[in-house]
Amino acid sequence: MEAVKQMTNWDVEKIRKDFPVLSQTVNGQPLVYLDNGASSQVPQSVIDRTSKYLAEEHSNIHRGVHYLSQHATTAYEAAREKVKRFINAPDVKECIFVRGTTEGVNLVAFSYGRKFIGEGDEILVSQMEHHSNIIPWQMIAEEKGATIRVIPMNERGELIIDEYENMLNERTKMVAVTHVSNSLGTVNPVKEMIATAHKFGVPVCVDAAQSVPHFPVDVQDLDCDFFIFSGHKMFGPTGSGVMYGKRKWLDQMPPYQTGGGMIRTVSFEKTTFAPIPDKFEAGTPAIAAGIGLGAAIDYINAIDFEAAAAYEHELLEYATERLGDIPEVKIIGTAAEKASVLSFTIEGIHPHDIGTILDQQGIAIRAGHHCAQPVMEFYDVPATARASFAFYNTKEEVDKLADAVQKVIEVFA
Amino acid sequence: MSELSDLYQEVILEHNKNPRNFREIEDADQYADGKNPLCGDALRVYLKMDGEVVGDVAFKGSGCAISKASASMMTQAVKGKTKAEAEAIFGEFHAMVTGELDAETQENDLGKLKIFAGVLEFPARVKCASLSWHTLNAALKGEDVVSTE
Ligand SMILES: Cc1ncc(COP(=O)(O)O)c(C=O)c1O
Repeated sequence: MEAVKQMTNWDVEKIRKDFPVLSQTVNGQPLVYLDNGASSQVPQSVIDRTSKYLAEEHSNIHRGVHYLSQHATTAYEAAREKVKRFINAPDVKECIFVRGTTEGVNLVAFSYGRKFIGEGDEILVSQMEHHSNIIPWQMIAEEKGATIRVIPMNERGELIIDEYENMLNERTKMVAVTHVSNSLGTVNPVKEMIATAHKFGVPVCVDAAQSVPHFPVDVQDLDCDFFIFSGHKMFGPTGSGVMYGKRKWLDQMPPYQTGGGMIRTVSFEKTTFAPIPDKFEAGTPAIAAGIGLGAAIDYINAIDFEAAAAYEHELLEYATERLGDIPEVKIIGTAAEKASVLSFTIEGIHPHDIGTILDQQGIAIRAGHHCAQPVMEFYDVPATARASFAFYNTKEEVDKLADAVQKVIEVFA
Repeated sequence: MSELSDLYQEVILEHNKNPRNFREIEDADQYADGKNPLCGDALRVYLKMDGEVVGDVAFKGSGCAISKASASMMTQAVKGKTKAEAEAIFGEFHAMVTGELDAETQENDLGKLKIFAGVLEFPARVKCASLSWHTLNAALKGEDVVSTE
């Protein structure tokens, strides 16, 4: 405990009490949850808010004249307002609720792409993208006869910005880049990349799935055109997520899905669509999840998020040092700017075996390609083991991870 | 760690380190590729038939300890067996790792392969143990690609 107190002023034991999942044992050992990059845990306040909705307010939104429907609508729209303030969007209507990052990127790729991408055009994506920020662009490129070009990275897992700048030209119609890489932890200089793209009039779509849980963001400061994230990676429920887009694009973009709730008038000859955000929110949304996301934002606002980020960063550095001290361990992703993620391999031991043996000691990590096969290919590994931290993890847990990794090496010796 | 030692037993660790029949067969009659897209495990099983008998069988590829040890022990188990016998062992192995056959109490010809009954406790790893067997089965049938998905 002494050691933790020396770190940034952050009462991790108090914070841990907010997350009921963390107090259980797994395989007879206290759970050490280091798979936050896949899904983070949910504080009691989010559970309570979601339950309250289901117990007392559940109803369809935007359509009932009755008490419950109006109540549900108010709660859902209040969550949207929280999203707006959380990312500092200029207008709440620019915040579109989606199921998660994947749906958000598909929305942008297909809707923006149908309108603005044509034959011979180019879409830039980076070498370190999650599959969900590659495939939708590939699909629309194929449909339109456009080309995908890949922004390269160096051995440390940093994008090569000079090359990126040379790739931009008058045919470039979109830059799709991740804010923080889920497989490497690299924090990309998106603000500078956006400024450069804008010199060419090119919009930028930022995959923020791994950034919003780890540090404060501001879409106006970044000046990004699209900014997409998932609720379940930022202490909220699955099925919630946000696609923020600048109104100047959203107003021109056609609907992605169509159906109920997104129209102005419908006849068999012609349908006219509702203004944003409704235009992009066809059908009944995940209301409980959206309200839960609002509660997760309340939670983040209630803690000292800057202190949390600083603490988490110290944790990452400590973990990097502890694992780095083990000669058999190779850390994958050593960018100067990193957040949360520590990917590694052990010579001669498959990451899946590492994952299983750690699990037996109550330690949850991810083993696999992390939906980033081009990254695995770049480092010529089939997979990596990945520990990803949140502000409720502790230095003791990092020690347990390092000891358990040592044990894996012994088992296979 | 008791369950763990059930899975990562000495025998499995040893086969992982020194896999048997880990080579190509240049004049193979048949080979098949097995892939587990979830973890990137990929192996190729080579078969050389001697009439109805598996004259030689070998594998190449990369994977976790469980998939490698399983492939290694698979080659030992089916070499010299007839095609029908090999298929029967595949059937029993498959039944064991999916929980349909209790190798301790029900009659079977699995012998040393019983060690893989331990994967039942690790649902995420069943595919690792069975990948080489599905690949062998494909090769016996003259198919060339299998995927566990
Ligand atoms: C960087 C990044 N982008 C996109 C996604 C996809 O998010 P979701 O599965 O919530 O749609 C993930 C989640 O794994 C991610 O880490």
